[in-house]
Amino acid sequence: MISFDLNGKKVSVDVAEDTPLLWVLRDELKMTGTKFGCGIAQCGACTVMLNGMTRRSCVTPVSAVEGSSVETIEGLEGDEAKAVQDAWTGIDVPQCGWCQSGQVMSATALLREMPKPTDEDIDNAMAGNICRCATYVRIRKAIHDAADKLEG
Amino acid sequence: MTKTFSRRNFLASSAGLVIGVTLPLKGRAQSGAEAAMGGNATPGETGSFAPNAFVRIAPDDTVTVLVKHIEFGQGPYTGLSTLVAEELDADWSQMRAESAPFDNELYKNLAFGLQGTGGSTAIANSYTQMRRAGAAARAMLVEAAAAEWGVPAGEINVEKGMMSHPSGKSSGFGAFAEKAAQMSPPEEPTLKDPSAFTLIGTDVPKLDSRAKSTGQAVFSMDVYREGMETVVLARPDKIGATVASYDDSAAKDVPGVTAIRQIPQGIAVYARSTAAAIKGREALEIEWDDSTAETRSSDEIYDAFSRAAEDGGLDAEVIGDGAGPIAGAAQVLEAEFRFPYLAHAAMEPLDGVIEVTEDGVEAWVGSQFPSLDVPTIAQTLGVDPATVKMNVMLAGGSFGRRAQDTAHFAAELAEIAKAAGGTGAWKLIYTREDDMTAGYYRPLTVHKLRAGLDESGGLVGWENVIVNQSIMAGGPMASMMQDGIDPTSLEGSTKMPYDFANARVGWVQAESPVSVLWWRSVGHTHTAYATEVFLDMVLEAAGKDPVAGRLELLKDDAGRDRAVLEKVAEMAGWDGEPVKGGKAYGVALHESFRSYVAQIAEVSDVDGMPKVHRVWCAIDCGVAVNPNVVRAQIEGGIGFGLGSVLFDEVTLGEGGTVQQKNFDTYRMLRINEMPEVLVEIIDSSADPTGVGEPGTPPIGPAVANAWRALTGQTVTQLPFTRATEA
Amino acid sequence: MWKHLTLPFLVAALAAPMASAETVEGLRTPDAFDTIADDTERSVALFEEMLLVIEHPRCLNCHPVGDAPLQGNLAAHQPPVVRGANGFGRPGMRCSTCHGAENVAYAGPKGSIPGHEPWHLAPLSMGWVGKSAAEICAQLKDEERNGGRSLAELHTHNAEDGLVGWGWNPGAGREPAPGTQEVFGALTKAWIDTGAACPEA
Repeated sequence: MISFDLNGKKVSVDVAEDTPLLWVLRDELKMTGTKFGCGIAQCGACTVMLNGMTRRSCVTPVSAVEGSSVETIEGLEGDEAKAVQDAWTGIDVPQCGWCQSGQVMSATALLREMPKPTDEDIDNAMAGNICRCATYVRIRKAIHDAADKLEG
Repeated sequence: MTKTFSRRNFLASSAGLVIGVTLPLKGRAQSGAEAAMGGNATPGETGSFAPNAFVRIAPDDTVTVLVKHIEFGQGPYTGLSTLVAEELDADWSQMRAESAPFDNELYKNLAFGLQGTGGSTAIANSYTQMRRAGAAARAMLVEAAAAEWGVPAGEINVEKGMMSHPSGKSSGFGAFAEKAAQMSPPEEPTLKDPSAFTLIGTDVPKLDSRAKSTGQAVFSMDVYREGMETVVLARPDKIGATVASYDDSAAKDVPGVTAIRQIPQGIAVYARSTAAAIKGREALEIEWDDSTAETRSSDEIYDAFSRAAEDGGLDAEVIGDGAGPIAGAAQVLEAEFRFPYLAHAAMEPLDGVIEVTEDGVEAWVGSQFPSLDVPTIAQTLGVDPATVKMNVMLAGGSFGRRAQDTAHFAAELAEIAKAAGGTGAWKLIYTREDDMTAGYYRPLTVHKLRAGLDESGGLVGWENVIVNQSIMAGGPMASMMQDGIDPTSLEGSTKMPYDFANARVGWVQAESPVSVLWWRSVGHTHTAYATEVFLDMVLEAAGKDPVAGRLELLKDDAGRDRAVLEKVAEMAGWDGEPVKGGKAYGVALHESFRSYVAQIAEVSDVDGMPKVHRVWCAIDCGVAVNPNVVRAQIEGGIGFGLGSVLFDEVTLGEGGTVQQKNFDTYRMLRINEMPEVLVEIIDSSADPTGVGEPGTPPIGPAVANAWRALTGQTVTQLPFTRATEA
Repeated sequence: MWKHLTLPFLVAALAAPMASAETVEGLRTPDAFDTIADDTERSVALFEEMLLVIEHPRCLNCHPVGDAPLQGNLAAHQPPVVRGANGFGRPGMRCSTCHGAENVAYAGPKGSIPGHEPWHLAPLSMGWVGKSAAEICAQLKDEERNGGRSLAELHTHNAEDGLVGWGWNPGAGREPAPGTQEVFGALTKAWIDTGAACPEA
């Protein structure tokens, strides 16, 4: 059994140690907001927070999160998360939507550390999240909008 | 409902995530489906009103539109709901959208006669139909209120979801839903004059944005059924190869693997989890028979296509004396353009769920052509199509990949259930490698272009010979070929807006075991590039400005082309100086899916590759039902096209092995590479035309033309990385 | 295991038993240089042997002269991550967003994502990509640029540091640096003991 904290609740799973966290979240825990895109940490669709930092769950063996805290899109909380999700909705960022959980995770992580990011900061935080619909123009704008909102 | 979706619902509610829109959250699509199929109120929701197959009004005033087109980001949930809401005079906040179930009669695409999505037709074919649906519902509600209030229907005003009468009576829709259901629908509902529109033409917020920003939107991969097994399919690394023999002894020993079964498409690994299925597949030993596979490399295919172009092919279009006058021209220009196979690489790889019970078959698929998928499932399983229920799920992109005329994914899904036998539920997942190596690519294409100029730079002849595989030939759409020509192989190269006195377009149908498919804007992906780059070369040879030269060449009746070209030149401040301060500007004009698009790209040279800073785009797509969605589609279409032009090709190596398997070798455009995009929509009252695809074709030639101006290099083989690294 | 080994590695591995006992996995041990009488010449030769490791992609990739790491055979790193403060990446995308405490084989596809605790870029002052042997050598010895290390500490770093050691245990799909960390440490010590001479510019 491997136990960790998921969105504030302790969970235990009985799976092979090398099972990627991504598939544990989806197949075992039915937390399907975290998406599969590539399996090799190239696209960012599977991004979660591991102990408060972004982490690609597709290359994270579940054994590596024993005793850790995992936050997924379903449990994402806080001012930055709310501002990001409101901004995402406000200018209709999503198209197909598949990558957007990961985009929201990365954007939230950015704003938690950097309340007023520049375009370059946004590139540096978000370049690991692929959007095949190319909603990038709006992702950039929404992050700026969220930062403005947080500033008040 | 006895769905096993309860866990998800429990999680959603326990996390306090209450969402403001109705999407096909687990279990919801079915309720909508049943309402629509029954043509009446949703079971358990007494007092609902379902005036027709598209609209359902609940006692709580919510108006749900059953959307006949799959939503994969292009916006039909919002667009079709807007059309209904406009004529219903609903308030946008009361609108909801759900996926319509499969019913070919009720929900067919009026452009195809099949229930399906594609060709950027969703808004165009629904424009009048959905407005009529909304207008009919409105008339019935008004009639019900008139009867109740004892006033003439003509005195009732409807605005933002409220019906009111000068006497002071007023009500929302919900209170009259039950009564309205008893009224007979009007034969010819009256539609508004466009000048009276209050929602069409405005940026109403998209109905699916919130759910897609909070992880709550449900796609087929998110469906989990009781006792469901996950299946992955082992496929050959050469397209068209078949299984010669296999050894599954090690694979069967992988914990979690429940069975290995051969199906016509490969070796299926069944397991209790996705991770186990993938691991099991790795342990399979398979010998492939390459005798039916493509074993040529991409380079060999290019050379073969290039040679095939020499005989000129079938006449797809001949204007005046065709190519004849080129021979006697004062100056002859020639260029050969090469376009690689391209993968769609939607972020959600193909996947779906099938469940077989005593009562029938149910499937959850991002099905773009339910009218083809459902019969395929039925036929494979040997059941009556009426017993197959298809839940059309939200899909994580398609770009053509799900528009399967061969219904190959539905066939695989059904084969997996058939091979297992009996009742049960199975989820078939493509990994990224499966998605990228399975074929169904944008066809590899060669264009051979020639043009003749007279002494004064006038164009005396134009010839374009195109060689590629047909998407339609051999499939159910082969009947749409005309005189042996697949129009989707060369669309955009004929009927050009330019006044060519003499021109010829030829087409050679090439053959390969590599499967090919529509890829966002289909033939236009290559024809726009070849023709607009070659035209730039012609104009340069004639000493003409790229914008002024095009305007001069446009036919007299090409007013909409002219308008977008003039608009984009104005937006970008085009002044005839293509290079300024290290940045170059390139233009391209292309009509596709009946929309007219001109773009100007601003490009600099960063380490030998184009860096695109800004793109100006003018589009005429008729009435822009939702300008915000139009802009989003143009932004996305530009990013989609740009990434492919710069970085992408699926190549077959020596012996035919597919060389790109994932995003590490098939590179997606990233945020740091995305240009700023400035869009202007031409004001129009013409019927709406496509927006999902038309943004894609012009970006490649606009960038290539800027790059020519900047460096003198004409990139004739895509992607750019191949040309600039060579 | 076979499928995870790259060809150059296999050649080196197969060649090792047949070659001189003083060559380990393609890297000569210090005693191979005993025949060079002159200390300075020997020192330079030892350093040039060390360069086989220092200039190997496993090492160079994270000793860039710019802000972005390289990957594979000195290719651009995808996704395009930047060093940030202390070489651990920038807010929103740290090295640890993808790289964990150990190498992780991909679930399905061939290959692996490398990992070590910690995983980070060498400081900018330690960038080697495109530098000459003389420049790298001078850089290594310069406490202003080598992280304030004395030569003895430099030896400890080369011989014992875990992230340096990763270069010989890089995970499936990656060619290890030549030799072993032990031999690399011994070469470093011998180079220092012979005066830590640098090749001429």
